[in-house]
Amino acid sequence: MGVRAVKHTLSILVENKPGVLARVAGLFSRRGFNIDSLAVAVTEKPELSRMTVVVDVEEHSLEQVHKQLNKLINVIKVTDLPAENSVQRELVLFKVKTNPNTRAEIIEIVDIFRGKIVDVGSGTLGVEITGTGTKIKALEDLLKPYGVVECARTGMVALPRG
Amino acid sequence: MRMSGAEAILKSLEKEGVDVIFGIPGGVMIPLYDVLMDSKNIRHILTRHEQGAAHAADGYARATGKVGVCMATSGPGACNLVTGLATANMDSVPVVAITGQVGTHVIGTDAFQEADTTGITLSMVKHNYLLKDPSEIPEVMQEAFLIASTGRPGVVVVDLPVDVCRGELNFKYPEKRTRLPGYKPTTTGNARQIKAASKLIVSAERPVLYAGGGVVASGASQELRKLARLLELPVTTTLLGKGVFPETDKLSLGMLGMHGTSYANFVMMETDLIIAVGARFDDRITGRLDTFAPHAKVIHVDIDPAEISKNVKADIPIVGDAGKVLKEMLTALEPEVEAGKGKDLKPWHRLIREWKKEYPLLVPEGGLRPQFVVSEIYRVTKGKALIVTEVGQNQMWAAQFYKSTKPRHFLSSGGLGTMGYGFPAAIGAKVGCPDSLVIDIAGDGSIQMNVQELATAVIEKIPVVVAILNNGYLGMVRQWQELFYDRRYSHTDLQTNVSPDFVKLAEAYGAMGLRVTKPEEVAPALRRAFKARVPVFIDFVVEPEENVFPMVAPGASLDDMIGG
Ligand SMILES: Cc1cc2nc3c(=O)[nH]c(=O)nc-3n(C[C@H](O)[C@H](O)[C@H](O)COP(=O)(O)OP(=O)(O)OC[C@H]3O[C@@H](n4cnc5c(N)ncnc54)[C@H](O)[C@@H]3O)c2cc1C
Ligand SMILES: Cc1ncc(C[n+]2csc(CCOP(=O)(O)OP(=O)(O)O)c2C)c(N)n1
Ligand SMILES: [Mg+2]
Repeated sequence: MGVRAVKHTLSILVENKPGVLARVAGLFSRRGFNIDSLAVAVTEKPELSRMTVVVDVEEHSLEQVHKQLNKLINVIKVTDLPAENSVQRELVLFKVKTNPNTRAEIIEIVDIFRGKIVDVGSGTLGVEITGTGTKIKALEDLLKPYGVVECARTGMVALPRG
Repeated sequence: MRMSGAEAILKSLEKEGVDVIFGIPGGVMIPLYDVLMDSKNIRHILTRHEQGAAHAADGYARATGKVGVCMATSGPGACNLVTGLATANMDSVPVVAITGQVGTHVIGTDAFQEADTTGITLSMVKHNYLLKDPSEIPEVMQEAFLIASTGRPGVVVVDLPVDVCRGELNFKYPEKRTRLPGYKPTTTGNARQIKAASKLIVSAERPVLYAGGGVVASGASQELRKLARLLELPVTTTLLGKGVFPETDKLSLGMLGMHGTSYANFVMMETDLIIAVGARFDDRITGRLDTFAPHAKVIHVDIDPAEISKNVKADIPIVGDAGKVLKEMLTALEPEVEAGKGKDLKPWHRLIREWKKEYPLLVPEGGLRPQFVVSEIYRVTKGKALIVTEVGQNQMWAAQFYKSTKPRHFLSSGGLGTMGYGFPAAIGAKVGCPDSLVIDIAGDGSIQMNVQELATAVIEKIPVVVAILNNGYLGMVRQWQELFYDRRYSHTDLQTNVSPDFVKLAEAYGAMGLRVTKPEEVAPALRRAFKARVPVFIDFVVEPEENVFPMVAPGASLDDMIGG
């Protein structure tokens, strides 16, 4: 112990078959690796899916994660995507409390972050934002004082640059 | 060819060369059992518990090197298989299990005898399948055998819903695999790494070969022997590697680890180069990790990349098949040795000889000692028997005192340590190797965990000999209680003097039962048992509180041995 855990984004190409998600997720929990977020959907090839997993592990365990993932029969490829060499995005929906006095302010903040208002209710605004972890965190911090009622996140997805 | 799902399963098994299946039928398996009844090529052995079927398939596989096959019905049948499958997978044994499942339309409804077999086994097998359509059968069966037997061998479960079994398909067995884009085990070692390893080997002054179950799986025993003899390398083997190098050879150090020989453990602590082949640095062999082999560089040959540098960091990792890599190493090393390269290992061998002289493994005297029983079994069988063990002290004494000289002649549950493994595994081994003398060296506790297989052995005429080292205790646990819990024997007294009477038990099943209480009775009893053409239980009433020594206490450094 005493070794610093770092967040790593792993892109895992898998066969698009029933049960594959359970195999991958089960591996993480069984071997004691913590998942921060997990996003999964079919790729450009219908027979393949891509899972993007953000894990919190130290270097030695990261190697084990890689090797253990590669041992799963349905896993085709595992790539580590460092932030500097990849495009990483997450989409988040916030439901924020509003009243006639704060509505304009909130819209302005969302605008600055290039977010979108996707729903207007009697006492709430629906906000959509796409970006990296830090950008989303910054917006969240600004929205919190108004009251974030609910939030839903897709988890990070990522692709290598170039 | 048009046929039913059940016929397709059977046909696939025949295509894979399966000649025996161990199992028990049930409701959803009736269609498959129905076609099995008419098979001319496959023998089905009805065990009396599904755990017995799984262990028997495992024993068959370990003894023959072929894939073992077991079958069970849905729900309770599949659940009963699980321990046996986990046991096989932990020790990298190729087994294919076919489990019945409720119909596809009711899966997930808590239907009668429904269990989520693929879910339950997910984390403890190499791979599993839930068939959804009869047309998948040929590919899935072909893949199941391929995955079980290649790369690092393991267990594959094929879960077979009853309607898939009853449905129809056009059967065409794939010649080679058509799918599995993510499965490509590396078998050829990296040439540069092999070269670097060879350099390191000739420059070592205190090298040791540490070989494990992977050498058995690879069938690389000959190559390993060549390498050892070429450079005069001392060799130590794990519990699962026993026999890949003859323990009767002067280069052999026997088994290492928690109950290994003192000299093997000293060698590990003093060596400057560990050449690990098909062994996975299990905690039973490293002892305390941070003090393990402090002076050693490590060459690690393993077919599974995840094993390399998992517990002990490898300086030269070589991913590949043991046999192939060793061949390459020999090719690289032979000219070096001819050219007179290689260090003088005489001082190293001298040191090892001293350790061997000072800390030999000895049979204690007085009374009927379990160690004596094992050494008599060794003597009477001239070391030629196929030994299977249960788990506990009996297993360790078997490992210490039955010197192995051939691979696939010492079968034991190492990784999971499953009591009850030995007897059904012995049955499986005997079915696979009918000409071998198969002996299960058992404990009085372990044997009671699958004793129902006596009926299987008697009815199917599988004459295995079970040598029960009856100490009246769950001995290995009692030993820990004696040493580390102030002799507080909480629930380890089996009271076998009260129940059961193993002789009568054997006789009740139609087997032969013998009891031995004195040292001089051991050999005659063994000879009688080996001549009998029926299964035999020998109840060796041994010293109750004998301990297994040497012993590295859990968490202690490998050279810190009790009784060493
Ligand atoms: C009560 C008890 C006490 C025990 N005490 C001891 C003890 O004192 N000493 C001891 O040694 N064990 C002991 N064991 C057993 C121990 O727990 C382990 O099971 C054992 O040490 C593992 O053996 P292994 O390293 O050979 O690995 P295995 O489990 O046999 O693994 C084989 C390795 O070889 C690799 N492999 C497979 N195929 C190939 C191939 N073709 N080419 C190359 N590599 C391949 C695999 O990937 C794997 O890494 C004990 C068990 C019990 C239950
Ligand atoms: C299925 C199972 N349950 C419990 C254990 C824990 N355990 C390990 S050794 C042992 C004692 C075995 O007793 P016995 O078969 O009599 O062998 P002995 O040690 O006395 O030779 C026990 C209970 C185990 N390994 N497997
Ligand atoms: Mg006992």
